[in-house]
Amino acid sequence: MNRPRSRAVILPALWLGVLFAFPFLLVLKLSLSDTALAIPPYAPQIVWTDGLDGLKRFVAGLDFEMYARLTSDRLYFDAYVSSLKFAATGTILALLVGYPMAYGMARCRPGVRDILLMLVILPFWTSFLIRVYAWVGILKPAGLLNAFLGLLGLDPVTLLYTPTAVQIGLVYSYLPFMVLPLYAALERMDHTLLEAAADLGSPPWKSFWQITWPLSIPGVVAGCLLCFIPMVGEFVIPDLLGGPGSLMIGRSIWMEFFANRDWPFASAVAIILLITLVVPIVLYQRQQARALEAGR
Amino acid sequence: MKRGPSWFNLVSITLGFAFLYLPIVLLVVWSFNASKLVTVWGGFSTKWYAALLQDEQLLSAAWVTVRVGLVSATLATVLGALAAVALVRGGRFRGRTMFSGMVYAPLVMPEVIMGLALLLLFVALRFDRGFWTVMLAHTTFTLSYVAVVVHSRLVTFDRSLEEAAQDLGCTPGQAFMKVTLPNIFPAVLAGWMLAFTLSLDDLVIASFTSGPGATTLPMRIYSQVRLGVTPEINAVCTLLIAVVATGIIIYSLTQKWRTGAAARAAA
Repeated sequence: MNRPRSRAVILPALWLGVLFAFPFLLVLKLSLSDTALAIPPYAPQIVWTDGLDGLKRFVAGLDFEMYARLTSDRLYFDAYVSSLKFAATGTILALLVGYPMAYGMARCRPGVRDILLMLVILPFWTSFLIRVYAWVGILKPAGLLNAFLGLLGLDPVTLLYTPTAVQIGLVYSYLPFMVLPLYAALERMDHTLLEAAADLGSPPWKSFWQITWPLSIPGVVAGCLLCFIPMVGEFVIPDLLGGPGSLMIGRSIWMEFFANRDWPFASAVAIILLITLVVPIVLYQRQQARALEAGR
Repeated sequence: MKRGPSWFNLVSITLGFAFLYLPIVLLVVWSFNASKLVTVWGGFSTKWYAALLQDEQLLSAAWVTVRVGLVSATLATVLGALAAVALVRGGRFRGRTMFSGMVYAPLVMPEVIMGLALLLLFVALRFDRGFWTVMLAHTTFTLSYVAVVVHSRLVTFDRSLEEAAQDLGCTPGQAFMKVTLPNIFPAVLAGWMLAFTLSLDDLVIASFTSGPGATTLPMRIYSQVRLGVTPEINAVCTLLIAVVATGIIIYSLTQKWRTGAAARAAA
């Protein structure tokens, strides 16, 4: 190990140190503090003028009260479990919708493929808030979906402000994150393998299970993690499409912060969410690193 | 011989893209609908756009958003490009894992947590929350995206070109500015655009870090949207989509033109 060969590291490291790493220590500290409603500072505080003694008193004053409350409060436990459920279901649905799409795209002529790829990326550039909001007009009781069902002579459905609407919003918003890695994996695939299998008498569905699917696993894993991780902490979708019953942890943090003003508690919820996401994030980074090695 | 797409492939592509684009298309259509109802077509009208020009609050929010976007995207591009250079060229320096972790973590960090952490920082430092705090927050989370885009371009760049420039008497700094930077410029530009768009779209982090007098456009849209669908908001959304789409089309055209020019020069 030696000094960075490039001085380029200094500025971004300083910036991220102050505006990214340090704030997380603050969240951690606050999550171990006691509740004092609405107004900081929170107890305990570090009294710098007392030197080491001040620091010792500060550490002694920290406690896990907020975390204890978290385990006893049904509301948070439920929000936490339902976030994981929403995210897991959303990821699976996105895979079911995204896989045939990516597969079809990989089968197209190169010129068409580039256009389709561009079309998948484009929504990513369009505001998340706007895309979720567009669903309100479709799903609301006097919305487009019910008008359409009426034309077909079917009964209207109530979807807006239900968990189903949240699920639709999640799949819709994160579909590009699923399609892109899947497409990347499927496009690289050697098609002569399928021809060889067909020549040897393998039916298409068997070739798919024994050749295409196993070869696309890295794309499947990357896509699922890319969807699951941000879905768990989602705020906008449950807030706009879900009713009061659609609990999700990102929304709970927001409420605790802006409505209840209980900052230490919100921090504790945030820390728990982070700990949950560390495992999938590390998995994702490992997998990306391996893919990078394999690509060389 | 390669088989073309089957009917199954075509159907899944069509349905998939319909799902992706239908809501956006509907929003655009609604914004030109004279009727307030989403199920009734009252004829083509631009009255909702005219109404926007009267909405002082919305206009000032748009102005705040543009200023935040321009400043934060520019700062994020400089910092993100430097971070990418450090990661590609820095070798195995002490703290590299920590550094790359900090660069890439914001990509997967839930926005709610990022906003919370930054708010606590500004409160601890006793910063008055407003334009500058939103700008600092946006720079921090968008610089990671710039770093990713520039990083992917930088690893494919042939380093011997830079070494040749140094052999011919350039200082390392000059070689970077005259040889490397022009080469990775498309990625730097793409990074800037991505950072600007992300800043333009962000609701959650802005809500945490903003203060009185610095309401951004997404915050304004959000407060309206919670009350239901309004035609004025459809019009704002359509304008935002148009701005972003125009930017991307111009960008991809210039890219085509650049590669075309390069191909002609090589021929």
